[in-house]
Amino acid sequence: MNIISLEGKEDTPKVILDKDNGVFEISGRSLPEDAREFYRPIIEWLQEYASNPNPETVFNFKLEYFNTASSKLLLDVLQTLEGIPNAKVIWYHFEDDEDMEEAGKEFEDMVDVEFEFRILAD
Amino acid sequence: MKYVFDLHKTMLAHNLILVYEGEFTQEITKSILAMAERNMDAIGESSGVKRKVFNVMVECLQNIVKHAEDLNEKGEDGLRNNAIFLLGKSVSQYLITSGNPVRNEVIESISSKIDQVNALDKDGLKQLYKEVIKKGEISEKGGAGLGFIDMARKSGQKLEYSFEPINDEFSFFSLQITVPRED
Repeated sequence: MNIISLEGKEDTPKVILDKDNGVFEISGRSLPEDAREFYRPIIEWLQEYASNPNPETVFNFKLEYFNTASSKLLLDVLQTLEGIPNAKVIWYHFEDDEDMEEAGKEFEDMVDVEFEFRILAD
Repeated sequence: MKYVFDLHKTMLAHNLILVYEGEFTQEITKSILAMAERNMDAIGESSGVKRKVFNVMVECLQNIVKHAEDLNEKGEDGLRNNAIFLLGKSVSQYLITSGNPVRNEVIESISSKIDQVNALDKDGLKQLYKEVIKKGEISEKGGAGLGFIDMARKSGQKLEYSFEPINDEFSFFSLQITVPRED
């Protein structure tokens, strides 16, 4: 599969989706002007990946901030992981960022995927 | 040129640290956010308060980008998407305020959305957030219908708003969110 590698910008997150090296990660800030358009290729990639996944998939979310339009699309991203065996989400948040931790817990409630919570170092 | 001095005095009197009036775009949004962040960094604002202010500002600014109506449909007088954004800071709180023209026929739906949000407590807001996100519709304008809910959740405060009539077609919608500075 091709690799998706997007550089992080002021308003869009860094994204790496690399099946061969087993790297799945979204980090930084997500407040794009058109969240649907930004996440479309990511969701399509994951849907394709889901049809022939690695034996194990660990997806790192290291988000500092996301807007409400992105939250809906992040739910869509997480839902693509639901059918994948041995898929796991590691949800990072700054130690003092209770809102980001709670956002992760809410996603955990809404999707059928294992979550682990970790502290994001400065 | 007295208006310059008057405007300066008004800003001081209302503790305004940032005012932008004009067309709103994603690029302008990013610039306003960067200025507010620099300002908060410069005074050593706590990271928790900074994040909440940033959060509320994004939803507020992106609301304007998506929903500000053209007062002049042809945009000939430079009135296209003209709106105002204000950031105020006092000892105890930040005040995030926006104002933009809307069509009179949307007043009722905006009011009822904000009233619904204001009637809910913390758990009620969480439930509503989950319901709306699960329904999962992104509007034509790219909104998820979660903006007001998120502003109320992040600020922990009620949203204040008003509509001032402009003419038969439009009213001026003002929205104000308070973010307390004590975490």
